Amino acid sequence: MEWLQQLVNGISIGSIYALIALGYTMVYGIIKLINFAHGDIFMIGAFVGFYGLTHWHIGFIPSLLAAMIICSILGVVIERLAYKRLRNATRIAALITAIGMSLLIEYTTIFFRGAQPEAYPDDAVISKTFTIFGTQISSESIIILATTIILMVLLQFIVHKTKIGKAMRAVSHDMEAARLMGINVNNTISATFAIGSALAGAAGVVFGLYYTKIDPLMGIIPGVKAFIAAVLGGIGSIPGAMTGGMVLGIVETIVSAVGFSMWRDAAAFIILILILIFKPAGIFGKNTREKV
Amino acid sequence: MLKVENIDVYYGNIQALREVSLEVNEGEIVTLIGANGAGKTTLLKTLSGLLKPKKGTIEYLGKSIAGKAAQGIVKSGISQVPEGRRVFANMSVEENLDLGAYLRKDRDGIKKDMERVYELFPRLLERKNQSAGTLSGGEQQMLAMGRAIMAKPKLLLLDEPSMGLAPLMVQTIFRIIKEINEAGTTVLLVEQNAHMALSIAQRAYVIETGKVVLSGDAKELQESDEVRAAYLGGL
Repeated sequence: MEWLQQLVNGISIGSIYALIALGYTMVYGIIKLINFAHGDIFMIGAFVGFYGLTHWHIGFIPSLLAAMIICSILGVVIERLAYKRLRNATRIAALITAIGMSLLIEYTTIFFRGAQPEAYPDDAVISKTFTIFGTQISSESIIILATTIILMVLLQFIVHKTKIGKAMRAVSHDMEAARLMGINVNNTISATFAIGSALAGAAGVVFGLYYTKIDPLMGIIPGVKAFIAAVLGGIGSIPGAMTGGMVLGIVETIVSAVGFSMWRDAAAFIILILILIFKPAGIFGKNTREKV
Repeated sequence: MLKVENIDVYYGNIQALREVSLEVNEGEIVTLIGANGAGKTTLLKTLSGLLKPKKGTIEYLGKSIAGKAAQGIVKSGISQVPEGRRVFANMSVEENLDLGAYLRKDRDGIKKDMERVYELFPRLLERKNQSAGTLSGGEQQMLAMGRAIMAKPKLLLLDEPSMGLAPLMVQTIFRIIKEINEAGTTVLLVEQNAHMALSIAQRAYVIETGKVVLSGDAKELQESDEVRAAYLGGL
């Protein structure tokens, strides 16, 4: 039953990685940019959720929604201010800008509220532990998983059934052909940032719920891990990001469980190195040949 | 319907079109022929709003459209079948057609046009749920044309529809271009396959290194020595 317990823990952390990884992969899919500021949007989401719960007292779901809305606005603002004008620049220029953006968000947050950590309240959601087959499942784990599943289903619906979702897929495949359809490419890119950032914001809130402690630099490691998850799944692929996040979460938990908890972070990077050597396209990586 | 006057278009510092003028009247099939790199695709991209002319005017239905955004141009009734088809390979045939109607809001009209596309290209109906990337070159060409028709264009721009297709498929594609034209859509056809293009067009322009060097009646150009020597495989 110990293994089942680890699996539950792995799925919880994996859900958080998956939510963040989705934003990475969607943005990469559409403008081929690794948005290194994405982990910091996750951090902002965690703080908005924190203030919602402790200062504004609006309860869990409204706090979650507030975090998602504020993060999506932030994502769009970052794209319009920093990345849009670099669309025809070299990729390295955009990448450096993304790293700069990341530092800017981190230290602006510290400037305004200090670097001290905060703790999510214990009573944010009903705290209860269920025992199933000798496995302890906390209500927080269930909420994380439920939130993740709902958001992923919603995302699949948006991407496959709505007009903006089809536009997003069209732009990510061929920007010029999308223009010829009359698709407004700028708005579509903004929508992608909005959706990806909202998911990161939600991830921030459920992270706070699960791990309690949050601070302005908390986005760095989960951000990098989610990036690894996105690469593992195949960058640009939405099902890939979901799977990659889950796999990474479970692998990390197993590594800790067998007694190598010091190696937990290293395991993630070893996965990154191995995937880049042996299957750079990732699990769901596209391998389509072009027809002429 | 479309009147292009003395446009100059550049890629960075490189001039791709020099004082190109051309006219398309309502109901016509006009063809623009020329070798690789002559500027044919550049001209179509400029008409679709993907490139901006540095000089000159483009008038469509009496209004200037030079430098207008691509979205506005599609909305005003010009749609393009780009060179190399450029279908959305990651999406299904039907989704590709849906995207062609991206700016339209008349659900009934879209449904009707979808049926019409499937009538013109029965092959697409058979494969409507298949991903576009798995289609053959000819089927992709059909899809790209169907997708452009879904925008309900008054003027259809076709960029080398015969490229890379088997002779039989080329015949089919050209027959359908004629059908589309007879149903009331004006066509500007860019081609390297001068023989086929001249056989269905009423008028033609010949472009060489960014300049229009010849123009006139398609039948006459087909007979002209210059065109025969350069584009129709000798005298």
